[in-house]
Amino acid sequence: MNYRTMLSIKNLQAKIGEKQILNGIDLKVNAGEVHAIMGPNGSGKSTLASVLSGREEYEVSGGEVDFLGKDLLELSPEDRAREGIFMAFQYPVEIPGVSTINFMKTALNQIREYRGQQALDAVSFLQLMKEKMKLVEIDQSLLNRSLNEGFSGGEKKRNEIFQMAMLEPKLAILDETDSGLDIDALRIVANGVNKLRNKNNATIVVTHYQRLLDYIVPDYVHVLYKGKIVKSGTKELALELEAKGYDWIKSEVTVA
Amino acid sequence: MSKSNQVLEEITSKEYEHGWTVNLETDEAPKGLNEDIVRFISAKKNEPEWLLEWRLKAFRQWQKMVEPKWPNVTYPAINYQDIIYYSAPKQKVKPNSLSEVDPELIKTFEKLGISLTEQKRLTGVAVDAVIDSISVATTFKEKLSELGVIFCSFSEAVKEHPELIKKYLGSVVPMNDNYFAALNSAVFSDGSFCYIPKGVRCPMELSTYFRINAANTGQFERTLIVADEGSYVSYLEGCTAPMRDENQLHAAVVELYTMKGAEIKYSTVQNWYPGDKNGKGGIYNFVTKRGLCAGDHSKISWTQVETGSAITWKYPSCVLKGDYSVGEFYSVAVTNNYQQADTGTKMIHIGKNTRSRIVSKGISAGKSQNSYRGQVHVMKRATNARNHSQCDSLLMGDQCGAHTFPYIDVENNSARIEHEATTSKIGEDQIFYCLQRGIDEESAVALIVNGYAKEVLNQLPMEFAVEAQKLLALTLEGSVG
Ligand SMILES: Nc1ncnc2c1ncn2[C@@H]1O[C@H](COP(=O)(O)OP(=O)(O)OP(=O)(O)O)[C@@H](O)[C@H]1O
Ligand SMILES: [Mg+2]
Repeated sequence: MNYRTMLSIKNLQAKIGEKQILNGIDLKVNAGEVHAIMGPNGSGKSTLASVLSGREEYEVSGGEVDFLGKDLLELSPEDRAREGIFMAFQYPVEIPGVSTINFMKTALNQIREYRGQQALDAVSFLQLMKEKMKLVEIDQSLLNRSLNEGFSGGEKKRNEIFQMAMLEPKLAILDETDSGLDIDALRIVANGVNKLRNKNNATIVVTHYQRLLDYIVPDYVHVLYKGKIVKSGTKELALELEAKGYDWIKSEVTVA
Repeated sequence: MSKSNQVLEEITSKEYEHGWTVNLETDEAPKGLNEDIVRFISAKKNEPEWLLEWRLKAFRQWQKMVEPKWPNVTYPAINYQDIIYYSAPKQKVKPNSLSEVDPELIKTFEKLGISLTEQKRLTGVAVDAVIDSISVATTFKEKLSELGVIFCSFSEAVKEHPELIKKYLGSVVPMNDNYFAALNSAVFSDGSFCYIPKGVRCPMELSTYFRINAANTGQFERTLIVADEGSYVSYLEGCTAPMRDENQLHAAVVELYTMKGAEIKYSTVQNWYPGDKNGKGGIYNFVTKRGLCAGDHSKISWTQVETGSAITWKYPSCVLKGDYSVGEFYSVAVTNNYQQADTGTKMIHIGKNTRSRIVSKGISAGKSQNSYRGQVHVMKRATNARNHSQCDSLLMGDQCGAHTFPYIDVENNSARIEHEATTSKIGEDQIFYCLQRGIDEESAVALIVNGYAKEVLNQLPMEFAVEAQKLLALTLEGSVG
């Protein structure tokens, strides 16, 4: 194996209140790979993303997560982000009065500070922004507006990808970034993700639809069901799910 | 304790930055208030007889008045006989230029981050500095006088421009307007006076800094700004006070007067000592601010960022007398710990086609109480009056309170009044979104709060806006529950 292990999840369990949601997840993601996570509604996909990014209301009740040699679960959410984890939210929140530009400036400079780099001056920041705007085909007028406020569903998703482009994460987790996108926007978003792919980063794509995977071609596809990965395969698995639905997997699980 | 609470704890326990005293030899009146004290103050200032009479009249009226009890604030009774009503930093001769000003004083202002030296940060801003009761130095005087702009301490104006003072003193806020205004009229010590002649656009921001220094002193400044026909001025007021265990009283009066086509923009960043985190000490800020749009097409705009004081009682108002006159009020009021604020505005529409706009953003954290109180009054002859009010409250944590008391009083059917109000909480979701982008919790709250207050902060002149943003962040960061 010449791949560097980026993320290694072992027997991860998590609950909210008394409700157990993740029931022992095992997953290994190497640099350069794209993993797709599929699964029926309520199976725990967003929960997994939240736990990895450090949301406090989920209590990790067992298991380990190693991210580039660090115990991820020990890190604060902001430090996880600074170490290179990025989550594109399924439902991005609105922050009135704060423009995306201002938001990104704050984020980027805090990340740079953590890494011992100097803050970007205004000119370099603007250059970087222009470059990334082109990459995800987003308009500056959107970036001047209050973050996500009054954005259409598609604009919110595109804005998430713009932020990802700006922060250049090592591991990006895209939670249903395709939902709510029209065909053109889907292509643009997927193109953006593809352009950002390289052998040093990795992507986890949470989706319900094979359609996205036509554009962002995954190396592996996993099916999450009742808080466990019950099936893993290559991109053909996604096609099979598209054709047959989840019932056959569910019954396989019950039989086993 | 959750992380949010921890940060809240850390931030709210941040001490007030400006809490220090400078040892300036003071020249004080004895404690207490009676006619002799009023005479003492007037004599100290070598005032003409008419002004002493005016003060005494105010004092006699004040004695018959009672302290207002309607604001939504509670505090122990103030003993008006336990306050020192006059305290001047000792200066042998009145300074003629900055180089003659007591170096200790200059140091005081430098600690405040205000440089009186003309080359420094405030280049382009003329400053009148009021420490305790006396106006210390006015910069840029010459440059302004070339244009006929008068900007000086109130006492100097009494001597140099008595006709203007006689004409306008009390013309907007009558001496018996309210309890605190009457008190101020009797004992006011100093303040700033500003006159902009016909057609002149004042080329720089005019600014006053107030600081309470001596213990047990009340501060009673009086500011009067008169904008003659077609003139414009932007005026900034900044305030700080040292930390003390006892509460200190501050009861200022500000009067603005605009003639035909004139405009005054008045901005305040108020950062008086708010008391410690247990509610001990702090400034009682009972201020009367009012502007009179006397002429047609004139405009008065108040912008305030209120972060300090233990108790704030303050309603900068506009009396829209001239036809087509415009009144605006933009406010951010922050309360934390045990602070209480009852603030808002009054827009009195008298002239035809008058317009007013109110944007109030309250932010409450800790165990504080924050009330907005606003009145829009459209009088009978005020046809086609328009008002738009927007009152937003932001809560941080669940032990604080936000209250809104809008009073609308319309006597003319052609009026159009719109009132919007919202209450929101900083959401965990918003904070987490920021954290996930690598922004720490303190900065996240600062970002969100500044975003919330943006509409108001945008009204401030550049250098003040930056200061105000920092102040907001400092007062509040992390106060999420
Ligand atoms: N904050 C919460 N409080 C209570 N239950 C929760 C919470 N978050 C998630 N759950 C529950 O956990 C389960 C998994 O939710 P999750 O959002 O992870 O599913 P998902 O796979 O992302 O679903 P979808 O495809 O609909 O987005 C659901 O039953 C959900 O109701
Ligand atoms: Mg989900």
